[in-house]
Amino acid sequence: MAAGGSQAISERGAGRPAEVTRVGGEVHLAGVTRTFGAVRALDGVDLDVAPNELVAVVGPSGCGKTTLLELVCGLQSPDAGTVRGDRAVLMPQRDGLLPWLSAIDNAALAPRLAGASRDAARAQAHPLFVAFGLEGFERARPHELSGGMRQRVAFLRTLLSGKPVLCLDEPFGALDALTRREMQDWLAQALVREPRTVLLVTHDVEEAARVAHRVLVMSPRPGRIVAEIPVPPTRTDTEVLAVRERALEALRA
Amino acid sequence: MIAAAIVAALLGGWELYADAGAVDDFILPAPSQIASSLWDDRGLLWSNLLVTAQEVGLGILVALVLGFLLAVALHFSGALRRGVYPLLVASQAVPIVIIAPLLVVWFGFGIVPKLAIIALVCFFPVVVTTLDALRSVDPDQLKLMRTLDASRWQAFRWAEAPAALPAALSGAKIAVAVAVIGAVFAEYAGSSEGLGHLMLQAIPQLETARAYAAVVLLAAFAVLLFSALALAERRLVPWAHRRPEGPDR
Repeated sequence: MAAGGSQAISERGAGRPAEVTRVGGEVHLAGVTRTFGAVRALDGVDLDVAPNELVAVVGPSGCGKTTLLELVCGLQSPDAGTVRGDRAVLMPQRDGLLPWLSAIDNAALAPRLAGASRDAARAQAHPLFVAFGLEGFERARPHELSGGMRQRVAFLRTLLSGKPVLCLDEPFGALDALTRREMQDWLAQALVREPRTVLLVTHDVEEAARVAHRVLVMSPRPGRIVAEIPVPPTRTDTEVLAVRERALEALRA
Repeated sequence: MIAAAIVAALLGGWELYADAGAVDDFILPAPSQIASSLWDDRGLLWSNLLVTAQEVGLGILVALVLGFLLAVALHFSGALRRGVYPLLVASQAVPIVIIAPLLVVWFGFGIVPKLAIIALVCFFPVVVTTLDALRSVDPDQLKLMRTLDASRWQAFRWAEAPAALPAALSGAKIAVAVAVIGAVFAEYAGSSEGLGHLMLQAIPQLETARAYAAVVLLAAFAVLLFSALALAERRLVPWAHRRPEGPDR
């Protein structure tokens, strides 16, 4: 019952801003329970994520997926159980871009908050704009960008926080099917270049099967993890389909 | 075009009605009489307009600064909000007509009681719109700021304050419209110059056209201030005027 013993492995406070390419990060949840009034959102969740692993969490609406991410990010504390892990950053469900900042200033928000000058922060973000297909859109305001581009900027902002663990909350939920597929591939490539530990929450089982190393299925409220499905690294169409079917089966159970 | 036609029709109708002699000149002067008063009394009107304009301009400035600071203070402190907010609402129930002469007795015929009255009628819309906007900032953005290790002040500086700026400017636009009335009330209560003072003198002298001319100037001044704020809004908060058709630069 050692509630709130979070961030045990964290190097919190040590040397922000961290360099962009940074490897590693792990997450450990043991017996985590979270209650809001009479509603038990999470009930005894155990979860271990290894460095550079991409774990997808799927589950029905309201099963506590977002709560799970907020616990990992330290935005909430568990009522019971422990959350340990490296420093984590949240990419909220909607992109959360600040409309009064240009795309590059949005992406470079973390360095600026850490005290970098505007130019230094932009210089840090610029190579990523080039590498991730956003070159030429540095000065654009968020409302001038397409949905997919906004998500890319939001993802870069998350990367530039320098934290080893990324918590992505339905990152492609608001995109059309085609853009969504494109962004899934983009995310996979981005993580090859900039390896991070990723905890991805989605209600799209196919998305989980396409991008994750491992798919966890959560039950309806109170949320607990009811199935764990590894995704074969070869990721052929039939394998993805099989993971999808297993996950759907677990969701129906 | 249509707007101009409507104004022309209204003025024309007024002119015809007044010229027909149904009402005495000193009750309802014709627009042409008002226009000639605007010209004939231009020196008098101008010097008094300068006085009132200064009162209104400074009064709004005081109201904006106080209103914004107060909204921020109320936003940061729940106790302050619960304690002070009802008092703010109550302050708006204070009848200016009663309080204005008392302020004049207190502070004299100078600009101070004018500023106090204008600020009193103007700061309320600024506080309410700013505070509401500060409190309705997207909670996702605040969570994001926290996971990026932003301090409370940084969250305010980067997320809350810019989000509240358009609302603060809307509050200021409302304030401009009532500021002019506040200034006239303040001058009625006791002054030796200003357009309100001029009107107060013109009516018993049966110089009704001059009083109307003062009203025209006050209205024009309010419109000018309002437009200036609208312009400032476009400059300061361009993101609030997004164009739906997409990229424009």
